[in-house]
Amino acid sequence: MIKTDVVIVGAGPTGLFCAHQLGIIGLQCEIVDNLDKIGGQCIELYPDKPIYDIPAVPECTGEELTNNLIEQIKPFKFNFHLNDRVQELTNENDNWVVKTTNGKEFHTPNVVIAGGVGSFEPRKFPTKSAEKFDGTSVLYSIKDKTIFKDKSVAIFGGGDSALDWAIELSNTSKVSLIHRREEFRGAPSSVQKIKELSEKNVINLFTKYSIKDVKGNGSLEEVEIKSEEGESKILKADYVLGFFGLIMQLGPIAEWGLNLDKKVIPVNTENFETNKKGIFAIGDICTYPGKLKLILSGFHEGALAARGCFKYARPKEKYRFEFTTASNTIKDRLGVK
Amino acid sequence: MAKIKYIEHNGKEHIVEVQNGLTVMEGAVQNDIPGIDADCGGGMSCATCHVYVKEDWYEKLPKKEMGEDDMLDQSYEPKSNSRLSCQIMVSDDLDGLSVFLPEKQV
Repeated sequence: MIKTDVVIVGAGPTGLFCAHQLGIIGLQCEIVDNLDKIGGQCIELYPDKPIYDIPAVPECTGEELTNNLIEQIKPFKFNFHLNDRVQELTNENDNWVVKTTNGKEFHTPNVVIAGGVGSFEPRKFPTKSAEKFDGTSVLYSIKDKTIFKDKSVAIFGGGDSALDWAIELSNTSKVSLIHRREEFRGAPSSVQKIKELSEKNVINLFTKYSIKDVKGNGSLEEVEIKSEEGESKILKADYVLGFFGLIMQLGPIAEWGLNLDKKVIPVNTENFETNKKGIFAIGDICTYPGKLKLILSGFHEGALAARGCFKYARPKEKYRFEFTTASNTIKDRLGVK
Repeated sequence: MAKIKYIEHNGKEHIVEVQNGLTVMEGAVQNDIPGIDADCGGGMSCATCHVYVKEDWYEKLPKKEMGEDDMLDQSYEPKSNSRLSCQIMVSDDLDGLSVFLPEKQV
C-alpha cells in the first residue's frame, strides 16, 4: 500500500503538468497509466505531428512536448506506474482507496483523473466467436513467442506490428498474413521482406481479406476469412493474432459513481472537482460550459486542480500563492539556487 | 450548405444541413447524431468517425489523402467504401450525400 497526497490517472500532457503544479506547491503524487510509456495521446497517436498552439512554443511534436514535460517534473522524482490501470475507487474515512489491475493499492485524499478519452486498448476482432478464444489462442499482443513454435499462426493487420511478427514468427511457425487491402502501412523494408517471403511460400499472404469466423472444438482449429465480394477461405490456425492498433475506451472510470455526460465528466471551474469530494477531472475527459479540448486548457485545469488537492492533503495548512521567480521554497523544491 | 443524410446501423436516418467548410464528422457531432465518436476531434489520429459512403457518392468525393487508409486499417470493419468522415469537407457539391454509420466505432 502506498500513501500519497494525490493519485493522477493518466500520464498525458495534462496529467504531467498537473504533477508539476503539485510538486511546486509541495505535494506528492503517484501517476498511473495504462500505456507502456509516458505521454498519452501525444505519444500514442501523434508523436511526429507538429502542434502549433502551445503558448510560447511556436511548433513542437507530440514527442517533444512529452519529453519537455517529463524534464520539467524531474526534480520532484514522482513515481510512474505504467502498463497499469486504475480499476477501483472506494471511499474509506474521507480517503480514497485506489486499486489497480496489477494489484497496487494507493491511499490518498485526492484523485485527479486526466484520462483523455479513456485508456488505450487493442482493437479486437469484430467476430463474436473470437471472444471465446480471447487471451488463449486469439491474441492482440505477444508476451512469449515460444508458444508459436511449429504452430499455424494467422496474423491480421497491415502495420509494423503485424509485419514484424509475421517475419519473426515465419522462422519457426507456419504463418499466414491477412490484410484488408493491398497496400501495407508498415516500414517499406518490412513490406519488401513480406513480399519476398510470400514469393518463397514461407508466408501465405492474403490481401483484400478480413476475418469472418474462428472455429474449434475446445481449442482453436481454423479461421475463416472473407473477401469483400463474399468469397471465403478456410485456413488452419492454432493461433490468431490481430494487430489493428489501439482504441480508447472509457473503461472502469464509468463505474466510479461520477456524474457522466456521454463520455466526459462534468466539473466545476473553480478547482475542477467532480461530484465526488476529492476526485478531480482535467483535460479532455472533463466538461464545463465553454470547455475547449486544447492542451493549454488542460494545463490551466491541472494548475487549479492541484490547489484543490492542497486543501484535502494539508487540511491544517493555509495555501499560500507564490511565484516560481520569487519563492525560495519553490526553488528548493526544484533543486535550483 | 449541403443536406447530408446519416444512416445509423439500425436504419434510422438523420438528414441535416451542414455548412460549407465543416466536415461530415462535425456535421454529425454538432447535430448529436449517434454513431460517430470522433475521439481525436478530427486529427485523422483515431478511426472513430468511420463511415461507409454510398457507392455512387464514393467516386465523386475528393480522394483520400495520405494516411487516411492507414487509419482506416484500424477502424471497425472497414470496407472498400470506407472513409473517415473528418476528412470529408462539406461544400455545395456534397448536397444529397448519404453516409452509412458502422455498427460501432470502437
